[in-house]
Amino acid sequence: MKYSSQMVAKNYFIFALILLAGEMLFGLILGTQYIAGDFLFPEIPFNVARMVHTNLLIVLILFGFMGATYYLVPEESERELWSPLLANIMFWVFAAAGVATILGYLLVPYATLAELTYNNLLPTMGREFLEQPTITKIGIVVVALAFVLNIGMTILKGRKTVITIVLLTGLAGLAVFFLFAFYVPDNLVLDKFFWWYVVHLWVEGVWELILGAILSFVLIKVTGVDREHIDKWLYLIIAMTLISGIVGTGHHYFYIGTPDYWLWIGSIASAVEPLPFFLMIMYAFTMAKKRRIDHDNKMALTWAKGTAVMAFLGAGVLGFLHTLAPVNFFTHGTQLTAAHGHLSFFGAYIMILFTIISYAMPILRGRPHGNCAKAQAVERKAFWMMVIGMLGVTSALVIAGTMQVFLQRLPDVDALSFMATQAEIVPVYMVRLAFGVMSVAGLFLYFYSFFVKEEA
Amino acid sequence: MSERITKSMARNIYFGGSLFAILVFAGLTVDTVQKVPKLSNADKITESVARGKNLWEVNNCVGCHTIMGEGAYYAPELANVFDRRGLKDEVAFKAYLNGWMAAQPLGEPGRRKMPQFHLSEAQVNDLADFLIWTSRIDDNEWPPNIEG
Repeated sequence: MKYSSQMVAKNYFIFALILLAGEMLFGLILGTQYIAGDFLFPEIPFNVARMVHTNLLIVLILFGFMGATYYLVPEESERELWSPLLANIMFWVFAAAGVATILGYLLVPYATLAELTYNNLLPTMGREFLEQPTITKIGIVVVALAFVLNIGMTILKGRKTVITIVLLTGLAGLAVFFLFAFYVPDNLVLDKFFWWYVVHLWVEGVWELILGAILSFVLIKVTGVDREHIDKWLYLIIAMTLISGIVGTGHHYFYIGTPDYWLWIGSIASAVEPLPFFLMIMYAFTMAKKRRIDHDNKMALTWAKGTAVMAFLGAGVLGFLHTLAPVNFFTHGTQLTAAHGHLSFFGAYIMILFTIISYAMPILRGRPHGNCAKAQAVERKAFWMMVIGMLGVTSALVIAGTMQVFLQRLPDVDALSFMATQAEIVPVYMVRLAFGVMSVAGLFLYFYSFFVKEEA
Repeated sequence: MSERITKSMARNIYFGGSLFAILVFAGLTVDTVQKVPKLSNADKITESVARGKNLWEVNNCVGCHTIMGEGAYYAPELANVFDRRGLKDEVAFKAYLNGWMAAQPLGEPGRRKMPQFHLSEAQVNDLADFLIWTSRIDDNEWPPNIEG
């Protein structure tokens, strides 16, 4: 660690991992409720468990992004953070707000939570992923502004690199697009149209800039490849991301009451969306091949390569599978959507966090050469358990979605009802749950690797 | 490939390409916002429909159901529930929905459970008006059949 203020990243990383454990455990609850519909009812109804699952995911990724940023920006800018104190205060503010919100979901009915938080003054609750009470949303804006200010000042006062500029662009975009979460018109179509400004332009837009910047930082550190080379790849990847991803928002505008020209525009633009992920694979593997140093932290590079491959499979391949309008007509809102969502979030955003945490945590804990070989061997097992587990979960969901299409959507006569179709899929949901258990076991093995010591 | 592209070329593709994409998307957004009122029959959004949408939100209906294909995939699609369960008769649909909401949660063991939301009859009617309005949105003929 070159700058003492990088240490603020540690709390962010640890908290992100704790939230990830909660997120995945709630995933198991949901997976069980798909098989036994009355599991934990009425204590934790499905909608509550799902809200906890998805909101923990978003919040943990934000914590991870912030930790990654606090770690890499001082090193890139060659100066201490503008205000480590502000970073530490914001950690506790964000953590407290996050925990309070999750407890609110779990302890009172959602309508009561809406009343308690005066949702009627500025109604923003009850939309997918943006279920947070309005007061929490305002808190998120405050934390994001303080964060962007802190990072912006550090970057502007220090050495400017392509990585930090791309990262700052991504973070600023993240903050700006979140503001659409406050726009809730009475017209459901307009509501949905601008809801995607937050959701799509985050995950298939500005978040990919953040992902690209973090990946590039780790690749420089563990391969020693020339920065010129890295910069060029990074520019190309994010160029393809934004060119395809911004207009690609149109693949959500097929069947929600928006004009029919989106059927063409959305299909064509989003068909290009796998390209930046494919470039990312070439990028990671080319840099690994051209490496000029052999870093002792082998796992960081493994996670980096894994991120590129899994993000391509989840966001690229599973996304393309149902992005063309004539296909999406039959797959829209089936388990295929869930399959794509799960593998792209895991492959792109959870794995990039593992990448930076795997690289940075050992250094923050006073081990500049990475964890000992024995700990890395455990971590490698955890890597494969999680990767195979999530591939299993999403493969099962692809089968489930395909069954929905053939049983419920395609038949003109005698189509099964939604509930009858779901009953047919139960065996597949059992397979999904088993792979989910494997992923969670992998996560706990990963945690264990933090405590493995070399024999004396 | 990467040998022939220089860093400054890559940077120009990034800035130029992104700017182009943003302009195209902004233009299409303006056009869409102008066309949505007609496609969605915005003139039919009564106060009851608006109240119904708010009820839809504060009870987190989207946490289990989809509406025009978006939401959770645990419970049936509701953008066309008026066509499916109301037989396109508004009075009959309201009666049906009031009965259905009052009966939750159903006792059948192992079945997916819908919570009891304790809504008044007026509230259920607002919710019904919202779902009736939603069913008439021009959404390019989605879903493929009545089962949603």
